[in-house]
Amino acid sequence: MEEVKLIGSWPSPYGYRIIWALNLKGVKYEYVDEDLSNKSQMLLQYNPIHKKIPVLVHGQKPIAESTVILEYIEETWPHNSLLPKDPYERALARFWIKFIEEKSPTFMAFYVAVGEEQEKAIKEAREQLKILEEQGLGDKKFFCGNEIGLTDIACGWMATIDVIEEIVGVQVLDSDSFPCLHAWINNFKQVPGIKEDFPDRDQILAYYKHKRDMFIASTSS
Amino acid sequence: MGEEVKLIGARGSPFNCRVEIALKLKGVEYEFIEEDLANKSPLLLKYNPVHKKIPVLLHNGKPIAESLVILEYVDQTWEGASILPQHPYERAMARFWAKFIDDKCMSALWNACWSKGKEQEKAIEEANELLKLLENELKDKKFFGGDNIGLVDIVADFIAYWVGAIQEVTGAEVLTKEKFPKLFEWAREFINCSIVKEKLPPRDHLTGFFRIKLEAPDTLKYNPQVR
Repeated sequence: MEEVKLIGSWPSPYGYRIIWALNLKGVKYEYVDEDLSNKSQMLLQYNPIHKKIPVLVHGQKPIAESTVILEYIEETWPHNSLLPKDPYERALARFWIKFIEEKSPTFMAFYVAVGEEQEKAIKEAREQLKILEEQGLGDKKFFCGNEIGLTDIACGWMATIDVIEEIVGVQVLDSDSFPCLHAWINNFKQVPGIKEDFPDRDQILAYYKHKRDMFIASTSS
Repeated sequence: MGEEVKLIGARGSPFNCRVEIALKLKGVEYEFIEEDLANKSPLLLKYNPVHKKIPVLLHNGKPIAESLVILEYVDQTWEGASILPQHPYERAMARFWAKFIDDKCMSALWNACWSKGKEQEKAIEEANELLKLLENELKDKKFFGGDNIGLVDIVADFIAYWVGAIQEVTGAEVLTKEKFPKLFEWAREFINCSIVKEKLPPRDHLTGFFRIKLEAPDTLKYNPQVR
């Protein structure tokens, strides 16, 4: 059995994607937390191109980029399938993963914005979330049906959006406008493998509040 | 079994070309529907309501959008030459480099070719860094895929062919034989593959299109209507 190591950096949502996928596959791994302000030789060796986390190292071979790692995990440990078997359904799963990747900055822009820019950021986020709600998820339990999959994992950060909303003092993903995504968040957090390794609310509240305070201070001086 | 394959695309687009190369590689017969991107058809808006972009593959009436997603679908659905490698680690490496090209190289190369003055110097420096990484990745292989073209070669079609056409029009020197001999040679091999050659838009169509763009600088921002 080859050794599996995950290099991440708490509380990165990209790192969590890999933690969740490995949990759902029942794969044992060693977790190494990286200080991104002082990147280790190991990280620079394993991801010389981007120098970012997460990096999965399997039997000494490194894989970088979370969506690439997710596909690798699915193919290397094919039990407890996280992608549909049907090629068309699989294509849809990947389409929505790509959508979530691309729109992440739009979804989260309100966290780093203030005033008028923030209002604009919230409006744009809600527009894209509406597309995800109506066309991506609809009334399915998870993005690909009744079982959790890679698309849900890629979207997992959304399960902590309430923390960001609280810090910023706005509501973006309200349950009236987004009933399906709200139901999805509740279902997602209950899945064994996700539940046990879900970021602690108080800890991430403190972390993201601190980050936003620093950001506001640096832009207003 | 009746199978209907259609491709909604635009022949000048490298993203469209990726899909045409892949379909040709698999020997899939398809109907091509040319889209006027300045006047998007109800067909496109119906089949790609999320992004409203080409290419869109229609297989027995079911639409798939996003060229990388389509390439994976084509590889999985039809027999024939493989687009992705067999082994999971090699597949991960192919996907990594395909993502690298899409996320980083496309816009950087576009900017390097079109910008002017100080901005261009900086843009070319950035493009050089990226191309160097690709040159290193190629090593002594004929193609990124090895002896035959694969996912990364197909995704890099813009680098192999479009960059040269833009350079001809703007005079920019981004990908040259002197700077990147391996990549230059790879580009030559790639565009001369019979499968690829057949699907590339005619060079003079591209240069004609880019000459028009040169006259309309406000259309130069990297904002692809294609995926």
